[in-house]
Amino acid sequence: MTNTLHSDTLNSDTLNPDTLSSHNTQATTLYEKLWQRHLVDETDGETPLLYVDRHLIHEVTSPQAFANLKFHNRPIRHPQRTIATMDHNISTRSIKIDAAGEGAANQLRTLEKNCKEFGLELFGMGHKNQGIVHVIGPELGLTLPGTIIVCGDSHTATHGAFGALAFGIGTSEVEHVFATQTLRQTKAKTMKIEVKGQVGVGISAKDIILAIIGKTGSAGATGYVVEYCGEAIEALTMEQRMTVCNMSIEFGAKAGLIAPDHTTISYVEGKEYAPKGELWQQAVADWKTLKTDDDAVFDTVLTLEAKDIKEQVTWGTTPGQVTSVDSTVPSPDDFNNPVEKDSCSKALKYMGLTAGMKITDIEINKVFIGSCTNSRIEDLRAAAIVAKGKQVSKHVDAIVVPGSYHVKKQAEAEGLSQIFIDAGFEWRLPGCSMCLGMNDDVLTEGDRCASTSNRNFEGRQGRGSRTHLVSPEMAAAAAIAGHFVDINASTSAK
Amino acid sequence: MEKFTQHAGLVVPLDAANVDTDQIIPKQFLQKTERVGFGQHLFHDWRYLDAEGKQDNPEFILNAPQYHGASILLTRENFGCGSSREHAPWALQEYGFKVIVSSSFADIFYSNCINIGMLPVKLTKDEIEQLFNQAKSENIQLTIDLVNNKVISGEKTFTFNLDSFHQYCLEHGVDSIGWTLNKLDKIKDFEANLPAWQ
Ligand code: SF4
Repeated sequence: MTNTLHSDTLNSDTLNPDTLSSHNTQATTLYEKLWQRHLVDETDGETPLLYVDRHLIHEVTSPQAFANLKFHNRPIRHPQRTIATMDHNISTRSIKIDAAGEGAANQLRTLEKNCKEFGLELFGMGHKNQGIVHVIGPELGLTLPGTIIVCGDSHTATHGAFGALAFGIGTSEVEHVFATQTLRQTKAKTMKIEVKGQVGVGISAKDIILAIIGKTGSAGATGYVVEYCGEAIEALTMEQRMTVCNMSIEFGAKAGLIAPDHTTISYVEGKEYAPKGELWQQAVADWKTLKTDDDAVFDTVLTLEAKDIKEQVTWGTTPGQVTSVDSTVPSPDDFNNPVEKDSCSKALKYMGLTAGMKITDIEINKVFIGSCTNSRIEDLRAAAIVAKGKQVSKHVDAIVVPGSYHVKKQAEAEGLSQIFIDAGFEWRLPGCSMCLGMNDDVLTEGDRCASTSNRNFEGRQGRGSRTHLVSPEMAAAAAIAGHFVDINASTSAK
Repeated sequence: MEKFTQHAGLVVPLDAANVDTDQIIPKQFLQKTERVGFGQHLFHDWRYLDAEGKQDNPEFILNAPQYHGASILLTRENFGCGSSREHAPWALQEYGFKVIVSSSFADIFYSNCINIGMLPVKLTKDEIEQLFNQAKSENIQLTIDLVNNKVISGEKTFTFNLDSFHQYCLEHGVDSIGWTLNKLDKIKDFEANLPAWQ
């Protein structure tokens, strides 16, 4: 794959004033525009204060923030700017609040109580809008271009697909947003990731983002806000763009952004919480201005050729330990950097893999289709196309977990759920499920899972379990074959 | 938040890169609604041989007797990557860590540490390597002087950088929400000018 990763040290700081004068010094990136329009205060010696338009919360990272707020007797500044959902540790077999155990039920009830006490809107068990926080925001029109969106969850970067500055925060920050509707933020560096040309047939958004992470490594964008652009990115649907932005955190980025365009605007139009009438006209006029200026300078630029991207499968225990399906498991000797070498041997040991083994020879016994990365309707359609008329291998347990009740309803109306059920997949209720296994959807020691989620960390899906991150198409194909499949090679051979 | 100006303590060298928050505190311990009770589950899957956490893993460095009472964690690049769970720094702090020394940290984890008054110290890869080498042959004690941004190890002194406001907050134990609430007028002015659709 041809690409260039170069830190542009020749950028603004080293340019002399003469060179600068021939430039438009006002040229700014999308990130800088979003930053500027949310800047509340920039007092010398203090970290800048930014305004938060939308705050999304869930049961796991909010209870201590509410408790502290009460302790200090502080109100929530703008209850209408916060929306709550239950997703992380709910059961996917029952809508009963007690179905996922005592600890989970306690957190869910605490959220219910807190939302009531502070007057927050909550999509609780059985609510039509309930679902994974990063799935419901966009589908309800809570996610709008040009806004700042935060949530106590690192995959908040998903909402960057709309040209919103969206990032995950810790519980102390959740409390800060509750009390002040603002956050202190240090300005990030900017990185442009351009994916040139068009991807080949059968290459998904998940393959694009995994290929990017494979190039940058797991911390390649730490300290940066990334803007994705180029023909291959512009060609993506909104749901595909969300898959790309979702995983920005997996190579360390503070946030991922895609400039809003007509695809974005037509997606948002008419959504439940989106502006309507005159307000809609004003909003659209504003959103059309939201793009990086032609001569704006990024701190770092990375370029990939879309045609070189193949179907991706992770082999290790960080998302950056990824390769294409037609290749082999690497050996520690393939790495020069001693830390990467060591990480590779540790990962091979944990994953129970041998260097040099073909990726298509890796046998799996579990499949998870779901998570905020890949549980939207288009993801389920893509997986259903592969599964239609086939049977899940008898060595494999496979589950499909839609991202929200809206997705579930739509999938059932389209007959996708029936396709999955007929093929031997379990069709579950929405939630985070096996992405992090806080409920009973956990793997056991030694299980090997093809998962459409976003993290393959040790133990993420259960102590001693082994996760391979893949696209929905690949997960479905692996469920049927019992191992990874070079889908495109096998289709073109037919 | 407690004030932090200087700390001297024993270092435990955790020789691993990309240590994610799922390792620091696995998800099965996130179901609490209080802020306490996480320290005992710190690094659970590495620290214990069994799922219940009854049997110490003798190969895990934190379990080695010579590191009992350590308050400074020395580790490698991209520490704290992954999920935004503040439970990870809570667990480290409750276990007894006051300072984490690494060549780089994940962004959210870094802010979370500052917000709870635990100091993340960023040194160069080369300096981290020196400390790991030293830790191979002897127990090391470090003094972290926040006021002067110095890490002192016997004869050696390293300098680290910290955002000036972060430094101020740590040194004075600032209640950051109270600080921001003093700026309510500015927030109100800002809100008055927000476009109606927003
Ligand atoms: S699906 Fe997974 S990554 Fe997404 S919000 Fe839920 S737990 Fe987090």
